[in-house]
Amino acid sequence: MTPEPELDLSPRVSDEIRKTTCYMCACRCGINVHLRTGPDGRKIVSYIEGNRDHPKNQGVLCAKGSAGIMQHYSPARLKKPLKRSGPRGTGEFEEISWEEAMTLATDWLAPVRHSDPRKLAFFTGRDQSQSFTSWWAQAFGTPNYAAHGGFCSVNMAAAGIYTMGGAFWEFGAPDWDRAKMFMIFGVAEDHDSNPIKIGLSKLKKRGAKIVAVNPVRTGYNAVADEWVGITPGTDGLFVIALIHELLRMGKVDVAYLRRYTNAPWLVIDDPGAADHGLFARGEDGHPLIIDRRTGWVASSEDVDARPDLQGEAILPGGRKARPVFALIAEKYLDSGHGPEAAAERCGVPAGAIRRLAGDLARTAFEEEIVIEQPWTDWRGKRHEKMIGRPVAFHAMRGISAHSNGFQTCRAIHLLQMLLGSVETPGGFRFKPPYPKPAEGHPRPHAECRPDTPLAGPHLGYPMGPDDLLLDEAGSPRRIDKAFSWEAPLAVHGLMHMVISNAVARDPYGIDVLFLYMANMAWNSSMNTAGVMEMLTRTDENGDYVIPKIIYSDAYSSEMVAFADLVLPDTTYLERHDCISLLDRPVSEPDCAADAIRWPVVEPDRDVRGFQSALLDLGARLGLPGFVEEDGSPRYKDYADYMVRHERRPGIGPLAGWRGEGNGRGRGAPNPEQLQRYINNGGFFSTEIPEEAQFFKPWNADYQNWAVSMGFYDKPTPYLFQLYVEPLRRFQLAAEGHGDRQPPDAMRERIAQAFEPLPTWYPPHEGERIDPSAFPLHALTQRPAAMYHSWGSQNAWLRQIHGENPLYVPEALAREAGLEDGDWAWVTSHHGRIRVPIRITAASNNKTLWTWNAIGKRKGAWALDRDAPETQRGFLLNHLIHELLPPKADGMRWSNSDPVTGQAAWFDLRVRIEKAGPDEESLSPDTGGQQSPVGTGPSVVAFGKAWKQ
Amino acid sequence: MTTLPETTNRKLGLVIDLDVCVGCHACAVACKEWNTGAYGAPLSDQDAYGAEPSGTWLNRVHSYEVKPQDGPAQIVHFPRSCLHCEDAPCVTVCPTGASYKRAEDGIVLVNEDRCMGCGLCAWACPYGAREMDMDAGVMKKCTLCVDRIYNAQIPAEDRVPSCVRTCPANARHFGDLADPESDVSRMVAERGGYDLMPAQGTRPVNKYLPPRPKTPCETGPGGAGEASVATPPGSLLGWLDRALAVIDGE
Amino acid sequence: MHPAFSVIVFTTLSGIGFGLMALLGLGFGVPGAGFQWSATIVAFAFAVIGLLSSVLHLRSKSRAILAFSQWRSSWLSREGVCSVVTLGLFGIYSLVLLLMGTRLAALGFAAAVLAMVTVFTTSMIYAQLRTVPHWASWITPAVFLGFSIAGGVLALSALLAISGAPSARMAAQWAMVALIVAWAAKAAWWRRAAETSLEAAGSGIGDATGLGVLGAVRPFEPPHTSPNYLMREMAFEVGRKRARALRRIAIACGAVAPFLLAGLAAYVGAAAPLLMLAVILHLVGMLAERWLFFAEARHAVGSFYGIGQSVARPSSQAA
Repeated sequence: MTPEPELDLSPRVSDEIRKTTCYMCACRCGINVHLRTGPDGRKIVSYIEGNRDHPKNQGVLCAKGSAGIMQHYSPARLKKPLKRSGPRGTGEFEEISWEEAMTLATDWLAPVRHSDPRKLAFFTGRDQSQSFTSWWAQAFGTPNYAAHGGFCSVNMAAAGIYTMGGAFWEFGAPDWDRAKMFMIFGVAEDHDSNPIKIGLSKLKKRGAKIVAVNPVRTGYNAVADEWVGITPGTDGLFVIALIHELLRMGKVDVAYLRRYTNAPWLVIDDPGAADHGLFARGEDGHPLIIDRRTGWVASSEDVDARPDLQGEAILPGGRKARPVFALIAEKYLDSGHGPEAAAERCGVPAGAIRRLAGDLARTAFEEEIVIEQPWTDWRGKRHEKMIGRPVAFHAMRGISAHSNGFQTCRAIHLLQMLLGSVETPGGFRFKPPYPKPAEGHPRPHAECRPDTPLAGPHLGYPMGPDDLLLDEAGSPRRIDKAFSWEAPLAVHGLMHMVISNAVARDPYGIDVLFLYMANMAWNSSMNTAGVMEMLTRTDENGDYVIPKIIYSDAYSSEMVAFADLVLPDTTYLERHDCISLLDRPVSEPDCAADAIRWPVVEPDRDVRGFQSALLDLGARLGLPGFVEEDGSPRYKDYADYMVRHERRPGIGPLAGWRGEGNGRGRGAPNPEQLQRYINNGGFFSTEIPEEAQFFKPWNADYQNWAVSMGFYDKPTPYLFQLYVEPLRRFQLAAEGHGDRQPPDAMRERIAQAFEPLPTWYPPHEGERIDPSAFPLHALTQRPAAMYHSWGSQNAWLRQIHGENPLYVPEALAREAGLEDGDWAWVTSHHGRIRVPIRITAASNNKTLWTWNAIGKRKGAWALDRDAPETQRGFLLNHLIHELLPPKADGMRWSNSDPVTGQAAWFDLRVRIEKAGPDEESLSPDTGGQQSPVGTGPSVVAFGKAWKQ
Repeated sequence: MTTLPETTNRKLGLVIDLDVCVGCHACAVACKEWNTGAYGAPLSDQDAYGAEPSGTWLNRVHSYEVKPQDGPAQIVHFPRSCLHCEDAPCVTVCPTGASYKRAEDGIVLVNEDRCMGCGLCAWACPYGAREMDMDAGVMKKCTLCVDRIYNAQIPAEDRVPSCVRTCPANARHFGDLADPESDVSRMVAERGGYDLMPAQGTRPVNKYLPPRPKTPCETGPGGAGEASVATPPGSLLGWLDRALAVIDGE
Repeated sequence: MHPAFSVIVFTTLSGIGFGLMALLGLGFGVPGAGFQWSATIVAFAFAVIGLLSSVLHLRSKSRAILAFSQWRSSWLSREGVCSVVTLGLFGIYSLVLLLMGTRLAALGFAAAVLAMVTVFTTSMIYAQLRTVPHWASWITPAVFLGFSIAGGVLALSALLAISGAPSARMAAQWAMVALIVAWAAKAAWWRRAAETSLEAAGSGIGDATGLGVLGAVRPFEPPHTSPNYLMREMAFEVGRKRARALRRIAIACGAVAPFLLAGLAAYVGAAAPLLMLAVILHLVGMLAERWLFFAEARHAVGSFYGIGQSVARPSSQAA
């Protein structure tokens, strides 16, 4: 017998731990970065784990987060600024110095600002510093700024904010600790990935029922107790049928609706009038209600009134008006909205819809939960307890990426509100700085003048046609046509339309396209091959139609090859960042929290954090706010900005340790602030007082706390909007009222989509194609272990997802004669691709699907040209056009939600046929690009450095 | 040391809850990350950025489609790693004494200083728990993070395997399965924790908790899916009047 | 299982080598330096090349010496110990015989027994593995021993023929008998293998995952999209056509041809070229047989990847 060897059971894990914020996806978890000192004295990142104290991830970390080491040491990291030396798209560059790069950028941008600032389109992708980048764009004076939200999930944001002043996405969360039934719609590994997993586990532990509504039964849907394998784009129909059932059974929270929503508000019933469908208002401008005590109208502000939810009022002047709830009852109780009417289209049996409605009702009303916590509402009334309806909802990409996504999301919110389960215990809760109603947000701004900042922020929430960004001729002011009739509520802009509009010079051409962290030449565009062509398109003189492209990225992405000037960014462990309450913070429902990134290691390449480079550029351009009186730069770098910048007096990018170090939310800049963040593990978190944790929009204690934190300057209580009046204003314009009306061709579409009560209409693409030619739906979803295209440079993650098959339902595969591993042609109205397939029995039987953004262009991401990502990885994007098929009159609408402009990439309709064995490989051929950074090493054995 | 200990004082192992595993691969990557820098040789990757990337992993997450007799197919995510068997065939086949099972806690380990890389232990293991490292030429396997669980240099709460610490869905649990009072043993008893391939006679220490039964959605119109709350009698919105009256104390 | 060239060569050559050693140890053969030197060298060459080939299979060859340490529990260690002891004893036996002309019968007998034990230990490396139900049978050692002896007798007959010994004819006859016995064992092995499946052994995908109780299980997604060590090593799949072709080669070269050639040699004339050809063809046949021995064997790990399952996909059942 050989004796057991002696083991060192307590080896040293690392020399030092530095705590910062993850950037392997949009979740922004806290991480402990372990460092060792290498043989050459440099710090080596040796291990990354979740930070147990962090509000977001509470110590856990996903696959991407743990693989952060491989991202940090990726061979695809850019090393120096690059200037294009060959044709666009080829990846031929010369390395230049930062001074040359910044001089070149200044020389390109200064004349634009001086002549016509619109000629700069500045769009950022997976940017987590939008409050800063938008501020730069505002100072520059271009109206053309946004991030990638229009491609991503603007439908969720817009529907949520207009309806209830907060949204799914990452700005609210189910009450994981109390919910007894949870419905999750269209969610794969989208935002909030670790909190959702932590939450699902809590629900499971308590035996709560989880119902997943999704055409595909993977991930969260796989662990759900019940799976509703719905047909894509029909969720709204399904939800409305649930609403129908609840109303039929009388299972709605009448007290909640009456107190916290606009259910009692009177809607003018005067067909043909310019205010038909708007709220009846008193002389003080407040909406009117029917007071049950008298049967007469009264002000909604009358605290003694007992608002009725039904009946009909005669307004002064003799016109009629009806409460919002009466309209709701009338609309949704119609048998056309019942389960039978929805069943076939949704692919969900009517009996199942009825059963689920019954489950919701029973859980909400028979299992109500009570917290013995007194609280005071905004009218000063004290409530002894907090009563909750323990049904919670969450929804994401599967709802948002349809052309009916805005209204579908509204329908889900209506369902939540009817059940009385928003901001109540056991329901859906907002995360600070939300709730914040649409009125509390700014309006969008676009009027620009040379050498002058924009008057206000680019993005905002229009209250009606008057807030649209149209010029005197009615033409869109923005290059992406956001806030025009094509996308009136494009509250996140339309990044996906910038390139095609700029190339079409519609509404106008541009001079400089400036992008950050947006892989527009690849997976962040629809019609990818088309966009690559547009980026290289030349005019009659042989000049590029988009004359100059500046791009900043940390890695050798596909988009890099199409840029004229590349500003190399750092990795997430080498940079300063602030995850700000002005932007997209890391709060949870019980706390407000923000966080920083700081350079836990120094870059070993000639690269700069993009935000610092942008500050430098702003100073060189002399932008107001970026320079002192004497023209010298105001901020040394982004870290300096994070500490010293004030958006309003006392309110800065970071909320923690302001003033003397004890200021929360408000206070003068504190030079010690970053060190305090670092000492605290890279984040700041402050608890919401217990009496303020629920009923936030109506809770006086919450409102006062929010003011103290600087979210608003005075309490802003508001009611949820079951009926959204701004939508009706657009509808009235479409009906021919007012000064600003849509073009005739768009009236019908606006009238249909801007229903003030949630509605469902079929996704647009399906209505424009021949359904027998394209009978199937095709979707992508994000895998849990890969975030966008940048995961493919990761030696560990690419072993998990190095290629992607198209999953084909059994019956369809049989029909098409397909076997596992076969290749098939998938054809849409726009194009066709050849893909490997796998058969599945766990998806909706009309739906094909695949993982997102696995396919790569040859030469990108420092991969070998024959990497599986280039051979057997593919993008569905090639099949999706940014425009819909032409109508009878030849007009082509954009392939988006007509309300928000959200790219409707889940509307895709296709057919599938078996491919022959000798046909060409992956199609279309997008060519290849030279790698400015070479390719990665063959063997990776991380850990050797400190083991030898 | 290729004979197995008669008994081990403790049976440290994992309990994996298939009911909540969402298949996110967090455990697999955290394992790779910890173990490439910890016990023994790094877990290397070959052709890391090339046409056939392949590396050494100690934990891999499968997913399966399970089609019941009635009802639609379901997906089950399934992490697979060393089960630290009581009758570990990988230990007894080892010719060099590299493979051994610790008498103290039952952890099966490879003493890499003795491993000649013959691969026979991997053949003997029915669970695919052992992978040859192509760079170091030694056999790698789950160590149950033996260099974490007793590590006095890390906080007490972190003295669990890396996969357990990181699992976002809390689907992985670590403990002493010899102690019937331990959390893991109770979980196994309550949830019907089971062994993989019991016919192999390996007596795995790790247990899997089965997925809980699902509610099939496919209940046809008029079938078992009727609402459990009946339509109230009276007019369409008769209930509304009554509800308002109750609230207003009429 | 992955049919590694080094392991195929190892088991095949060492089998023949130790078979020949056993015969020589028992005193078969003829006096005379020519025969004795050549037979000893051939026996050693087969055994040693085989054993060296097995070392090629090791990833950390410098630690091979440790393989002698675990003979109490490990068949591979026993194989190592036995082979070295056999080589040592047979070496002494041969040296004494060749240099001093004295045949130490007891030592030869011991070497012969050990040679067979070595072949047995080799076979047990495979037969002990419950993870590979094709191998986990007493027939596996029977086959290894059978082929070792048949190969040894065939080689002996060829060596005798080369040195012009009349007993070559007799040896060729014995070779025919040994071939029949060995191939009978192999036929039984194949018959058993055809009836053996991972499912029947409790190692199918349903038992591997424990999910079989819920319904029909099939892989949805592998853990990694590119192949890994486990799949390369243990989830090898051989095409049906290729397997059939190789089986024909194995039988034609390993059984029929040497049998006929030995028959010709025995009954027509002990032509050395005939028997040499028989040995070479037999070796080719054995390589094919051994290739199939590995390639057709299904390892329980394959079940996790849905490889080696005899249960069809649910869809094709429904179809």
